[in-house]
Amino acid sequence: MAKLESTFKNMVLVLTGITIFAAVALGSVYSLTKEPIAASKKAKQENAIKEVLPEFDRLDAEELISLEGFEAPFVLYKAYKGDEFVGAAVQSYSGNGFSGEIKVMVGFDPEGAIVNYSVLEQKETPGLGTKMADWFKTEKGKQDIRGKNPEINNLTVSKDGGEVDAITAATISSRAFLETIRYAYSAYKQDYDAASGATEKTDSVTLNQ
Amino acid sequence: MSQNSGMKTMLNGIIKENPVFVLLLGMCPTLGTTSSAVNGLGMGLATTFVLLSANVVVSLLKNIIPDKVRIPAFIVVIATFVTLVEMVMQAYVPALYDSLGLFIPLIVVNCIVLGRAEAFAAKNTVGKSFFDGLGMGLGFTMALTLLGTVRELLGTGKVFSMTIFPENYGMLLFVLAPGAFIALAYLIAIFNKLKKA
Repeated sequence: MAKLESTFKNMVLVLTGITIFAAVALGSVYSLTKEPIAASKKAKQENAIKEVLPEFDRLDAEELISLEGFEAPFVLYKAYKGDEFVGAAVQSYSGNGFSGEIKVMVGFDPEGAIVNYSVLEQKETPGLGTKMADWFKTEKGKQDIRGKNPEINNLTVSKDGGEVDAITAATISSRAFLETIRYAYSAYKQDYDAASGATEKTDSVTLNQ
Repeated sequence: MSQNSGMKTMLNGIIKENPVFVLLLGMCPTLGTTSSAVNGLGMGLATTFVLLSANVVVSLLKNIIPDKVRIPAFIVVIATFVTLVEMVMQAYVPALYDSLGLFIPLIVVNCIVLGRAEAFAAKNTVGKSFFDGLGMGLGFTMALTLLGTVRELLGTGKVFSMTIFPENYGMLLFVLAPGAFIALAYLIAIFNKLKKA
């Protein structure tokens, strides 16, 4: 078969034909993979919540908490065992990572102490900033933030006068990580105060930046 | 086409014209994604799939695509396959998708893919193009996996996440960008030496 000539009509027809085929292929694969993608995202979310909270058997529907000065809201999940409130998981973020945004799920017990955390998304340097996934839950020196209460403990890196050892050679990532924890606590506290009807709610949310 | 010439076309991509070690094409994903062996392998296989499919489709369409619009036509074909890979990976291997991140959509602009479509598939039969895509893809995968293995071993003491020696003795440099250049340079030197022998 001879090659089609590059006339205007041919070019338009061929390109249109190819793009239509591409659109059909993409559309059908999109509808095929839509469910699994949503399911895997949801599973990741649920695993993260389970990891950061004490044992629970019921979750409240997610709540969106907006803090002053933040564009996107923080997502809060309250967990119950029977009728007892056992803690809440907060999905928090910070845009101050070494490369891009860091998303972390943090669990607090009813007293406000950190139960555990799980890093959902980060683009930090492999081998340096990426260590945040385990660093802050390893019992060594002053790394471990589990059991600490952001209200009582100063959760900033020791270089900035805080109580937490930063990841070796990744101070910026550590700062951003601890920021997400403090923001999460602010969101948790704002919700807690609102629920218990505290009047000084607006003053109590001070961000330790 | 005989079995033999298909094999020859394939080996051409793996050894004689290895895209990474000989043609030095697609350096950006090569350096960017090879911080571990698994990432290198995943990136290589994703690129292989795109190369193979794009080569076959371009070769099938070579006679109905007018010369003046061949590049946009090739790019649409390639971009379609890349997006398919992206969606499938996100659905079934989310962990790998997370670690490769931006590099998956960037396969579209990987010059090997367009290069093979333009230089090979647009001039050869479907069968030959198939083997060329497969060979080039496997060559790319092999190079990326090898580079990823070297960097992961020297940097963290692991290979495919299995510990070979304690992480404390690893040279962090190799996980970072400069280590990618150093490791790649040595691998190219070794590859060229072996090829001559």
